[in-house]
Amino acid sequence: MLEVKNVSKYFGGLAAVSDVSFSVKNNEILGIIGPNGAGKTTLFNVINGFYKPSKGEIFLNGVSIGGKKPYQICQAGMARTFQIVKPLRRLSVFDNVVASAFLRAKSKQEAKQIAEEVLKFTELYEDRDTLSKGLPLGKRKRLEIARALATRPKLLLLDESFAGLNPAELDKSIEIIKKIKENGITIMIIEHHMKVIMSISDRIVVLTYGQKIAEGTPEEIRNNPEVVEAYLGGEG
Amino acid sequence: MVQLEVFLQTLVSGLLLGGLYALIGLGMTLIMGVMKIINLAHGELMMVAMYIAYWLFTLLGIDPYLAVFIASPALFILGVLIQKYLITPVIKVESILPENQVILTVGIGMVLASLATVFFKSDYRSTPVDYASVTWYLTDYWANSPIELSISLLWAVSFFFSIMITIAMWFFLSRTDIGKSIRATSQDSDAAILMGINVNRMRSLSFGLGAAIVAAAGCLFIPLYYLYPALGGQFTLIAFVITILGGLGSNVGAIIGGLVLGVFESMTSTYIGMGWAPVGRFSIFIAALIFLPGGIASLLHRRRFGK
Amino acid sequence: MKKYMPFITLGFFLIFPMLGVSTYVMHIFILLLMWTTIGMSWNLLSGYCGQVSFGHAAFFGIGAYTSGILYSKLSMSPWLGLPLSVFTVGILSFIIGLAVLRLRGPFFALATLASGEVFRVTAENMEWLTSGTLGIMLQQRLWVSKLPYYYIILSITVAVFLLMKYLLSTKLGYYFVAIREDQDAAESLGINTTLYKTIALIVSAVVTGIAGAFYMNYMGYIDPHIVFALHDISIITIMIVMVGGVATQWGPFIGAVIMVLLQEVVRSIPGLGAMHQAIFGGLLIFIIIFLPNGIVGDFKKIKRFFGLRSA
Repeated sequence: MLEVKNVSKYFGGLAAVSDVSFSVKNNEILGIIGPNGAGKTTLFNVINGFYKPSKGEIFLNGVSIGGKKPYQICQAGMARTFQIVKPLRRLSVFDNVVASAFLRAKSKQEAKQIAEEVLKFTELYEDRDTLSKGLPLGKRKRLEIARALATRPKLLLLDESFAGLNPAELDKSIEIIKKIKENGITIMIIEHHMKVIMSISDRIVVLTYGQKIAEGTPEEIRNNPEVVEAYLGGEG
Repeated sequence: MVQLEVFLQTLVSGLLLGGLYALIGLGMTLIMGVMKIINLAHGELMMVAMYIAYWLFTLLGIDPYLAVFIASPALFILGVLIQKYLITPVIKVESILPENQVILTVGIGMVLASLATVFFKSDYRSTPVDYASVTWYLTDYWANSPIELSISLLWAVSFFFSIMITIAMWFFLSRTDIGKSIRATSQDSDAAILMGINVNRMRSLSFGLGAAIVAAAGCLFIPLYYLYPALGGQFTLIAFVITILGGLGSNVGAIIGGLVLGVFESMTSTYIGMGWAPVGRFSIFIAALIFLPGGIASLLHRRRFGK
Repeated sequence: MKKYMPFITLGFFLIFPMLGVSTYVMHIFILLLMWTTIGMSWNLLSGYCGQVSFGHAAFFGIGAYTSGILYSKLSMSPWLGLPLSVFTVGILSFIIGLAVLRLRGPFFALATLASGEVFRVTAENMEWLTSGTLGIMLQQRLWVSKLPYYYIILSITVAVFLLMKYLLSTKLGYYFVAIREDQDAAESLGINTTLYKTIALIVSAVVTGIAGAFYMNYMGYIDPHIVFALHDISIITIMIVMVGGVATQWGPFIGAVIMVLLQEVVRSIPGLGAMHQAIFGGLLIFIIIFLPNGIVGDFKKIKRFFGLRSA
């Protein structure tokens, strides 16, 4: 699905991401973990096209996407959410999703249909007429997912979609993500919440200081001494 | 040889003009850095200061250069009042277009310019100081000089004061506690709050200071220019061209930007035609926006990090 | 009731000239319609798409000069300027867009302001084409009566109103608002923001350009200071929409009514003329502080203020 090859990103001489390689397989959930400032969001921004990689190459289904613009990458089948949610604030929840559904829809009618489906899927249908700036955080995070899904992605990048949720919302989001996977969509997810990421990921990549230090199943990561020292160590 | 002479004379005039521009840009950049807004009433504030200097000269015979000490404090107060009672309320208001604040300063500028027309009519005014015609010629000092250059006393004095005020500002911002607080607010207002800095006070203060600096620039300009109510608009444009050229919120950038713009305008007038100077001004502005988005400051920055 | 408002308004404007009004009132109505058109065009680019332009005078002026130059240099009918300005303004606004649309927020605003000024100074200096500050004058206007001008500008206004209504109901409308609300989010949702901003700019510019070409035909005289004016065109355009209501369908119309009437009132009271910028500036400050979404956008607030809130 996605192949990241020796990707580096420098900001004024500082390497935010350096020489990272990994691949995401079809229909798996790949977790990305690492302490704050490890370069996870930067990596997303590079993959998603907000930043041009300073070095290295990225392939989506065999097609090079390194240096392409975000909208082109989205059209190619990759959608993302933002850690700091970016709803279209003065639009209703429904219109937020309609706006992104237009990417695949041939008519307004179809866009509305997609939006309805997606909102039901993410359990936001009840809130469809609320202005998105008035939503509580948990629902705003789900709106991010709904909007991304409306672009009918093959690969979904989730940037901390669980941060700040209460336990009930957390369960709902986990359930939704599992359902997304069942629908055949591949997911790459950045997450701080250890329990969540260990339980839902098929494989995990660990970043510290912009470098990949480990990759493997949750079991392998949990038992990797380097990871434990660099990251899990402090938290026990 | 004549060509070289013309070129050098143009360069010198450009630098002198640029020194004054730098001061205008410095006031603007201070406001922009701290407030994160573009003050499109900047030139109008300068115009107000010039009227103060004009009336002080005409009614009381006070030299325009001394008027700095009255006009600057007066504009400081005006700036603080504008910030406190007009701009602060708008920052809190939720609106569709965040550019509301910029549009607000346009409104302030319109009011100031129009009131000046009402009170002082559209007449062109000047302050004919008795040393206005003094000019220094290079050949007076170096008789065998192959080329001739001249500098008018007024321009030289204005340039000199402009440099002095710039240095004083730099000293204030980098060496004093208040100056450091202003710079901290400009870099990261959230962090500044955590450090216990009264950010609102710093905002008022910097708007006031920005107004005071441009007031000083006005007093330095008035012996050289005609004064009329609509004069502000032109200088507002000049101020933001300098700020963009220099890099937002960068003081050094504003100074270099001012000098560059002065020379550039002077060159356009000499080599393309008087009327084209504003086109040159905006071409350099748009070129800077496109090719040098961070302004001159980004060049300096890049060099410092060797990248 | 609300549903029939457009028809009632249109009906009123259609029969209005038959009420035997003076040419002065006709003149006011022509200006009102022209400003409504310009306001709607600005509203598309700035209100809906969020790209605040301080330079609509550039497009107005290019449209006006397209007409004027056709007449003065090519001895053709200045009315041809209306269709032709679609191309001249379209092409020039595309070029301006290449330069300014990569900028965001206030920088875009300032860059458009600068481009307006560039065109003014260029028109002043390119005397062989524009006759410089002398301007261009039509020897005689096509009609003496105001009536044909009135119906021409009325049809333009109605056409633009319908065009805006249509555009905003399509994908374009959603994309414009998405760009206004969050450009990064829009881009990551597959929206080619540069392309759609360019579309918004060109449509907006062309509409304003047609209004400019109309102005040349109607007024019979232009010069760079009139048609490329920063305050009297670009800023007034912004004010009309701000006063009426940003990103509302009727905002530009309401705003134009208020601004044109205010302008005439101020002009008619002796001694107030010099104050008109101060009054406009004061109104602008008032609106931004107290009614940031304009009269239409903040209508509820106004009703509440007068204690008229109906449950």
